Amino acid sequence: MKTKDILQETFMALRGNKVRSGLTMLGIVIGIASVIAMTAIGTGAQNSISSSIQSIGANLIVVSPGAPRGVGQQVNQGRGSAKTLTIEDANALTSLNSVEAVAPEVSGRYQVTAKGTNTNTTIDGVTSSYPTVRNLQIDQGDFISDQQNSSGAKVAVIGPTVQADLFGEGADVIGQIIRIKGIQFKIIGLTKTKGGSGFQNPDDMIYIPLTTAQRYFSGDQYVTSISVSAVSAEATATVQADITSTLLTRHNLDGASADFSTMNQADIISTASSVTGTFTTLLAAVAGISLVVGGIGIMNMMLTTVTERTREIGLRKAIGAKRRDINRQFLIEAVVLTFIGGVIGVLLGWGISLGVTVLGILQAQVSLSSVFLAFGVSALIGIVFGYYPAQRASKLNPIEALRYE
Amino acid sequence: MIEIKNIIKTYQTGDEPFNALNGVSFKINDGEFVAIMGPSGSGKSTLMHILGALDNPTSGTYYLDGKDVSTLSDDELADIRKDKVGFVFQSFNLLPRTTVLRNVMLPLIYDGVREEEREKRARASLFASGLDEAHFAHLSNQLSGGQIQRVAIARALVNNPTLILADEPTGNLDTKTGEIVLGTFQKLNKEQGRTIILITHEPDVAEHADRIITIRDGLIISDNNLHAKKVIKNI
Ligand SMILES: Nc1ncnc2c1ncn2[C@@H]1O[C@H](COP(=O)(O)OP(=O)(O)OP(=O)(O)O)[C@@H](O)[C@H]1O
Ligand SMILES: [Mg+2]
Repeated sequence: MKTKDILQETFMALRGNKVRSGLTMLGIVIGIASVIAMTAIGTGAQNSISSSIQSIGANLIVVSPGAPRGVGQQVNQGRGSAKTLTIEDANALTSLNSVEAVAPEVSGRYQVTAKGTNTNTTIDGVTSSYPTVRNLQIDQGDFISDQQNSSGAKVAVIGPTVQADLFGEGADVIGQIIRIKGIQFKIIGLTKTKGGSGFQNPDDMIYIPLTTAQRYFSGDQYVTSISVSAVSAEATATVQADITSTLLTRHNLDGASADFSTMNQADIISTASSVTGTFTTLLAAVAGISLVVGGIGIMNMMLTTVTERTREIGLRKAIGAKRRDINRQFLIEAVVLTFIGGVIGVLLGWGISLGVTVLGILQAQVSLSSVFLAFGVSALIGIVFGYYPAQRASKLNPIEALRYE
Repeated sequence: MIEIKNIIKTYQTGDEPFNALNGVSFKINDGEFVAIMGPSGSGKSTLMHILGALDNPTSGTYYLDGKDVSTLSDDELADIRKDKVGFVFQSFNLLPRTTVLRNVMLPLIYDGVREEEREKRARASLFASGLDEAHFAHLSNQLSGGQIQRVAIARALVNNPTLILADEPTGNLDTKTGEIVLGTFQKLNKEQGRTIILITHEPDVAEHADRIITIRDGLIISDNNLHAKKVIKNI
């Protein structure tokens, strides 16, 4: 029996039961489409998270006070965290090799008011090196200068979200006065929109001189973190080690009792992407389960078909069909069914990913490998779940099959 | 040539085994036209299935053209059915929701006959069995009983079998169409030398054959040559 004849028989059989073929195919369509869409959305999420972490600053190393904890629990700010790092520590790091800039900060959340409006946001006491280290750009006005820092000036640079909350979007803010915890500050600058970073929104921040923050808000000489940028990605590891040894010496401690911890950007990215990676795998696994359910649907339909067409199988054998003819016919029927379902599923999954991207929810990325995988898997499902019914059909005894009611 | 010896076919129905065939032996030469008669349940269809290599006897031997059929593999049996045998089943067994023409072409698909050739042969076969051309494109479930019977006969003839096994092929036909079909069988027998085994209840139909084998309760009770001279000549 030629392939062309088998395909012709297959299409006639599938057409003979359009509704059932369609519904069975739907299982595969949904399975394949969700695998494609879920992996595309997961990959998109992963990309967007790592690119936003990248935007925090290049080759960044963050030193936080307190003993080292597990990866992923490091960023811990505000009241209650250990107080071990000082501006002098930060200054000592400036002289290390391959260090581009060092930015100590003191941060906390306070109530901020301006002419009848108010908000609650993060106040970050920083030095002039902060924009370099954290990749921050100024939209209007200037950032905090070294002079303002040494004099403890009451000046502030605000982010666009704070601008919108207090003065309205796009309002002229330079020279305006705000009150932080009741103390007056003059706005000297506005930062450029940066977008969410996954930890805190850099647009919803107020920057003031570090010394001012220590004097009026924290009340001591400690800092809440020190950000260090290395000159290159390759230098990051060396710089990180140098920071650790310098600070240990300064604090008169050995490695086991460190009262601070360091974390580089690669650690943060790998932590975040391992989280999103797990998330993607989970989504794909759930989608994969629906694919298996679709496969069982195929098997179920094929078994029903074989039972229904028992007499037909008997007749085909009586007029000379061999076992392998019958086997091939039913196997191909299952494979064709899953393959068509696979094609529609890929198109649908692609469409969903495109929709998610176009709607601006996420930059979903359909990978070619997931498409090929989906095709492969759907054909495989056809073979795996079609195999048993086809075997059953081919092994029918012709006489018993002909007598079947 | 067909030669069966002491064929027994046992069915396990309920607790007790039941012998549908209880030791049947005969020889049928190439080119014979044999009618098998007997009351309902006497084992005629069972015998036909064994003769057509569609079913195996429980015991006994069956030589078809000198080959012991019981030693053949499934595939070899399928080849015999494909190349040598044409069945007209008692219950016809046409494919439902399939056109008349496709039904008749079906054996040729398994025979690897080219597509254009298939249709030509199917049409010729349908004409020979007396079906009106108007019905060729109809679906098999849109036909009358008699028309279905003629399609079943056409399908049995389409692969030019040397052995035609027909189980009550005229059961649903009126006398006139019945005569046409029987005439076709006679022609195939006399002009082309095909071996024909015809199963029937009716003595009138059996008359068209040259030899009548009568069975009852799985045993042969008579075996008569109607045209003794002719059969002897054939031997
Ligand atoms: N698969 C089977 N299982 C059990 N018993 C069977 C089976 N096939 C046939 N028989 C029995 O064998 C006997 C012979 O059946 P068979 O079909 O050969 O009769 P028949 O001579 O063709 O009858 P009819 O003229 O009614 O067609 C019957 O009694 C029947 O009940
Ligand atoms: Mg019968």
